[in-house]
Amino acid sequence: MSQSRIMPGFRPTVSFTVFYLSLVVLIPLSTLVFKSFELNFDDYLNIITNKRVVAAFRVSFGTALGAAVIASFFGFIVAWVLTRYTFSGKRFFHALIDLPFALPTAVAGIVLATIFQPSGMLGKFLKTHFDLQIGFKPAGIVVALIFISIPFVVRTVEPVLQEFDSRMEEAASSLGATRWQVFTKIIFPNIFPALLTGFALSFARGVGEYGSVIFIAGNLPYVSEIVPLLIITKLEQYDMAGATAIALTMLVISFLLLLLINLLQHWVRKRSGQL
Amino acid sequence: MSILLSNISKHFGQFAALHDIDLEIPEGELVALLGPSGCGKTTLLRIIAGLEQADKGKIFLKGEDKTDLHVSQRGIGFVFQHYALFRHMTVFDNVAFGMRVKDKKVRPSEAEIAKKTHALLELVQLDWLHNRFPDQLSGGQRQRIALARALAVEPSVLLLDEPFGALDASVRKDLRQWLRNLHHELNVTSIFVTHDQEEAMEVASQVVVLNKGRIEQQGSPAEIYDYPANEFVSKFIGQTNEFTLEHQTIDWFKHIGLLISEQSKVAHVRPHDIEIAKSTNNDTPITLKDWQHLGALIRIELTKTLPNGKPKLVYVEMPNEQFKRLQLNRGDKVDLKIRHAHWFN
Repeated sequence: MSQSRIMPGFRPTVSFTVFYLSLVVLIPLSTLVFKSFELNFDDYLNIITNKRVVAAFRVSFGTALGAAVIASFFGFIVAWVLTRYTFSGKRFFHALIDLPFALPTAVAGIVLATIFQPSGMLGKFLKTHFDLQIGFKPAGIVVALIFISIPFVVRTVEPVLQEFDSRMEEAASSLGATRWQVFTKIIFPNIFPALLTGFALSFARGVGEYGSVIFIAGNLPYVSEIVPLLIITKLEQYDMAGATAIALTMLVISFLLLLLINLLQHWVRKRSGQL
Repeated sequence: MSILLSNISKHFGQFAALHDIDLEIPEGELVALLGPSGCGKTTLLRIIAGLEQADKGKIFLKGEDKTDLHVSQRGIGFVFQHYALFRHMTVFDNVAFGMRVKDKKVRPSEAEIAKKTHALLELVQLDWLHNRFPDQLSGGQRQRIALARALAVEPSVLLLDEPFGALDASVRKDLRQWLRNLHHELNVTSIFVTHDQEEAMEVASQVVVLNKGRIEQQGSPAEIYDYPANEFVSKFIGQTNEFTLEHQTIDWFKHIGLLISEQSKVAHVRPHDIEIAKSTNNDTPITLKDWQHLGALIRIELTKTLPNGKPKLVYVEMPNEQFKRLQLNRGDKVDLKIRHAHWFN
């Protein structure tokens, strides 16, 4: 280590990072792993392959995925409008976007549940006109997750859109590209990595979300019961081992999915010369 | 006429960027739009391209009225000051872009596109970089790629917005030469915007001088330099010394060889149109203050106190050798002789 580094402060910053990660992330998570060692593998498999647990996993990951896709789409449009156009009340909308960050998620859940329940304002309207029920169904979970995850997409895409060199669009137009071609071939590929980050953040948030979901979901086993709720239920029954087994599985799946998204992102960046 | 502009005006809010511009550019010329910053030259170029809409006026390219057409329909090539290469595409894909976005019916096959792209990259001598990304290239290379990309759609006119503005001095010099040669080879009517008079004189076959949204003069570099239409052009193109005719200065003007004309009040004299000699009589009021080496030329600063008490600086340029022969030192008194002057009102 006689070689001197250009950036000073390598040792203190790395030490701090490792310390912080250990204290806040690794130690709590490793207790989770150790706790689950109290079970033998057969017990573990039994808990995990229980029909109700599998259904809950399907609901949790399915709704989180759906919500992340929809949030990415609409979040992109919101970010686009906020960066591309000037209109009165723009600052107000800017502030509005961050509101779900600050709002206790339970409040959001209760409000959404009130509106979307079959006798609620929107719920009644959808029921009578489209024969659709959102509240107390998986669709309700998706609605709640979109609500809390849209800011993640908006706030990751917005700075990239803001910095986007509009001369590139002009250059593409001057070369004969139509507006649609300019969007699909020039703007979107430049924004895509950021959009993917936004997608990953909303997905991760959606998988772990508890507060807002339980009010609107109806929590029907096999239909609209999410994994976090199942964990709480197990805890309330003093089934510590069962809870940790489910939690650990969820952790591993989430980690793998996020890793996959990261690899995809790496690949996209590499292909477009950003690495 | 390859490009014909009639009556172009443009306002940005209260600010009038262009007033009633009329301009004709014959086929195959390489034209410089020259002017100080804020004179409207870039706006004019963007209006020709269709990136900006004129408030009124008409634009004809090769005889066709293109005023209301979108930029993508005008058949122009545009090169930006900061290149505007597509960051997420390789050099090859950048150049091929214009051919690939063509309508299916007229789009060449991928093999033809590849062949033409490589040919264009050969033309700008950068084919060996075809699979790099723009961020991996130098400024000069990027600008040449941007040019190849614009040429790929076979534009009827090529428009370049300060094409060398973002490059350092030595690269700029090379690229100027190169652009002139390339134009010679391709002969596509081209307009480039610049605020650098030297660049305009060196590269262009025609120079259009703009100031405050109006065309001051249009002509070949020699015409513009030798016969400036007005004070602005004379001052903007090259160095000039300004002599203002007043009651008290008439005698001095006669003495130094300025032929006084009846109607005109201001004489502009190029630094190389002045001869100097060591003064024999010691009460000549002109003193040699300092000089600088400009390579082959020497620039000499002379001072004189005018009859109205104000000091006046006069710049003279002459070849190195000639200056050595004069054997002048700082503080020496000198005599002036003016060979040639332009008079303006």
